[in-house]
Amino acid sequence: MSYLFAAFSIVWIVIFLYVLSISRRQRALAREVETLRQMTQKEPSSPSS
Amino acid sequence: MKKYPPFNNVILDVILPWPTAAAMLTALAMVFLYVPTERVQGAAQRIFYFHLPSAWMAFLGFFIVAGASAAFLWQGNRSADLLARAAAEVGMVFCTLVLLTGPIWARPIWGVWWTWDPRLTMTLVLWLIYAAYVLLRVFAGDTETVARYAAVLGIIGVIDIPILYIAIRLWRGIHPKVEQMAPEMAWTLLVCTGAFMCLFTWLLWLRLQSLHLRDDIIALRQHILTSS
Repeated sequence: MSYLFAAFSIVWIVIFLYVLSISRRQRALAREVETLRQMTQKEPSSPSS
Repeated sequence: MKKYPPFNNVILDVILPWPTAAAMLTALAMVFLYVPTERVQGAAQRIFYFHLPSAWMAFLGFFIVAGASAAFLWQGNRSADLLARAAAEVGMVFCTLVLLTGPIWARPIWGVWWTWDPRLTMTLVLWLIYAAYVLLRVFAGDTETVARYAAVLGIIGVIDIPILYIAIRLWRGIHPKVEQMAPEMAWTLLVCTGAFMCLFTWLLWLRLQSLHLRDDIIALRQHILTSS
């Protein structure tokens, strides 16, 4: 039973850590996109996309 | 310049996480409460219901890498390259799960954590090939040349999967084969596969979104540089 518990714990831990890492990366990227967008909007001469 | 967000899909963004969570919990409940204990292997056999779907999802991920890489080499489509990159990473997560759950299942049944059985060895080789692919994408830079080298590696790597399947027949390994199973076992395997399929789709979507976001950042930076 301990092997079964170990296997299922590892599966859940790996999945949880991967989802956490993706969401962290995505949040950081979204923040950077937002900052860059604000920078482009501040420029009066920037062409529209 | 692309608009932010790069692409939206309500089903994948909002709806998919919930059926994925529900399916994973249902699969867990079926593994622990519904499926009967196997007579020979005992409770450890239940690892099989997460081990096999993990292997199938890893193979699916690597087939997507090969298909998308071929599309990239043929048409030079940037989206295909991003799909290959995302699928390789998600496939690697599932392949890692196979290599972690396999030894934990093997220990009480075979008495060893690892043996150089043909199927186990070929799975390790598969993991190493796509680990090389992921490392290449992470550390060699995001250039067209690197993308082309990675695409070739992604296509060649997938050849390992059919070898892995016929390995048992070719070299007579000790890895068990799935032949006949009780209806409860078949249903549990089906539900677990469905749950892993939802999880795979959701993870692939999340990873793909972050890669598109990264592309948007590069485009925005270039736009700022050229306009300043």
